[in-house]
Amino acid sequence: MDTNNMHPVMKWVEYRLPVFSFLDHSLGTQYPTPKNLNYWWNFGSLAGLVLVIMIASGIVLAMHYTAHVDYAFDSVERIMRDVNYGWLIRYIHMNGGSMFFIVVYIHMFRGLYFGSYQAPRELLWMIGVFILLAMMATAFMGYVLPWGQMSFWGATVITNLFSAIPLVGDSIVTLLWGGFSVDNPTLNRFFSLHYLMPFVIVGLVVVHIWALHVHGSNNPTGIDVKSEQDTIGFHPYFTTKDLFGMGLFMMFFMFFVFYAPNFFGEPDNYIPANPLVTPAHIVPEWYFLPYYAILRAFTGDFLVYQVISLGGLLMDAKLAGVLAMFASILLLLFMPWLDGAKVRSCSFRPIMAMAFWIFVLDCLVLGYIGGKPAEGNFITIGQWATFYYFAHLLVIVPLVSRLERPRQLPDSINASVLKAAE
Amino acid sequence: MKMNMMKTSAAALAFVATVMVSGTSFAAGDTPRAPAQNWSFNKLFGSFEPAAAQRGFQVYKEVCSGCHSMSLLSYRHLSQLGFSEDEVKAIAASVEVTAGPNDEGEMFERPGIPADRFKAPFANVQAAAAANNGKAPPDLSLMTKARVGGADYVYGLLVGYEEAPSGVEVPEGGNYNKYFPGHVIAMGPPLSDESVEYTDGTKPTLSQHAKDVTTFMAWAAEPEMEARKRMGVKVLLFLLVLTGMLYAVKRKVWENLH
Repeated sequence: MDTNNMHPVMKWVEYRLPVFSFLDHSLGTQYPTPKNLNYWWNFGSLAGLVLVIMIASGIVLAMHYTAHVDYAFDSVERIMRDVNYGWLIRYIHMNGGSMFFIVVYIHMFRGLYFGSYQAPRELLWMIGVFILLAMMATAFMGYVLPWGQMSFWGATVITNLFSAIPLVGDSIVTLLWGGFSVDNPTLNRFFSLHYLMPFVIVGLVVVHIWALHVHGSNNPTGIDVKSEQDTIGFHPYFTTKDLFGMGLFMMFFMFFVFYAPNFFGEPDNYIPANPLVTPAHIVPEWYFLPYYAILRAFTGDFLVYQVISLGGLLMDAKLAGVLAMFASILLLLFMPWLDGAKVRSCSFRPIMAMAFWIFVLDCLVLGYIGGKPAEGNFITIGQWATFYYFAHLLVIVPLVSRLERPRQLPDSINASVLKAAE
Repeated sequence: MKMNMMKTSAAALAFVATVMVSGTSFAAGDTPRAPAQNWSFNKLFGSFEPAAAQRGFQVYKEVCSGCHSMSLLSYRHLSQLGFSEDEVKAIAASVEVTAGPNDEGEMFERPGIPADRFKAPFANVQAAAAANNGKAPPDLSLMTKARVGGADYVYGLLVGYEEAPSGVEVPEGGNYNKYFPGHVIAMGPPLSDESVEYTDGTKPTLSQHAKDVTTFMAWAAEPEMEARKRMGVKVLLFLLVLTGMLYAVKRKVWENLH
């Protein structure tokens, strides 16, 4: 960085702590970025934006919230009614959770389509999967805090899953609860951890971006940067593009905050928690529904269960469901090796592209089934969708990626941009 | 490449749409959904009709409050509905509340003040349950937010009492209601024509009572709604202009690349 043209104060700081050249190399003119990134590449910066919004609004909410079973529900309502603009802060935080998952899911599907997880970005991708896991834990515990009916019963159902683990399961559940049922100690530790986890996510995000900056962004062609002609500075090109994307996203986000603030929520959570009354349907928040569907797909007569448990010998259906649910996310860690293709982007792998879109559809079906009661056709559809989810990751991706002959790749990123402009 | 972008964008839209559909609530069992009413406050920029909400408060005070608490509301909140300061004071003073302990350590009775919460009909949940066949009447502060169907459901329930269809057994102490999940509700028909005498000349029909008290309850559940919608317009207009300018900046910056 040319320090000669700097303001004397900046120069003074730069000499002692090179923040300006650091910024310039991180998101400035000195960070070379593929010139062909499309708008799907906006979702990483959007996720960062939502994380900041969530932490800022959450810190203010914590100033007014009371983590006690007798006061939690009323303290949230006090925020809604008596704290200045409390309703705004709470609705931003509440809908921000949903926005975070929308943005991150699109970000991940973008990575899957364009092969962003492939060498040399395996660790970058894996850290991302851990960020998702951390987000899920944070969101789950946050949903418990208002201490409504869904908070309480959601917490009961999800924590009970751990009891399926052989030998230590019950002890783990007792540890999670801080007692022998979901109660005040549970609420207290969830509040504490809900405040801690976002900073763990921040740490993971720092490592995620660190790994990103080693080899830079992947791009829609999936081919490596070959010359300076292929790249442009992050600033001003992608700073302006990301800011424009943030404007669009904020309109989407704020529409829900101001005009449909309870759209993503469950009415039952406006009923104070009551351990004696079970809601008719216990459903998790929408972003957990696909995993919930996988969990519930494992009944005694589910063929996949029969196979993996050797006809029921190895484990019961509940444990199989819990394992499958965690496996559905943990398997993503292995994507870089499940996919054996030499070409990254599905734009040049038509069969893989088709498989990708069917997989997206399958995830949506799972989400739909997760919100329906476990009865009749919903069970059958959920089981087929669960089967397909794992078949895609374990069979279709490894086979198609190794057998499919990709289309002709462009000579360079620059060449592909010039061709598209014709 | 262009074609590909279109396809992917369409798929993304489909994703968001499906998320939205699956995000909405799931109605229980075979109970029909209460038909949608034309609520002024459900419109995108709509507000509560103050006269209806005031009449609704009268219905709550004279009928519902005999069994149902609204513990999240204070009398001072009523000024939002257009009650004057003196009127709010008078409404609050019309109930006796238990306060204290005083300097002697005794609890004592005093007339209510605007800062008091709405007085509950029963001392505690157990007392409420004991007086109502073992089941406490629910608090009404958040009712329109806490039920699938919201205000439509509350209104439907209030006017939905009817003779049980032949073959349906209604147990002792129960009542048949078209829109209550499972149809058998412990609460008897709370409202009928002329349950409450209106002072503003509005015709006191059952449906009018139900509409008014539902409006009042919708306000009680979301007292911030009008402020929220007003602010929303400003925020979205601001973002629209800002985003437009950001787009212009982006175009300008990228112009010399192509």
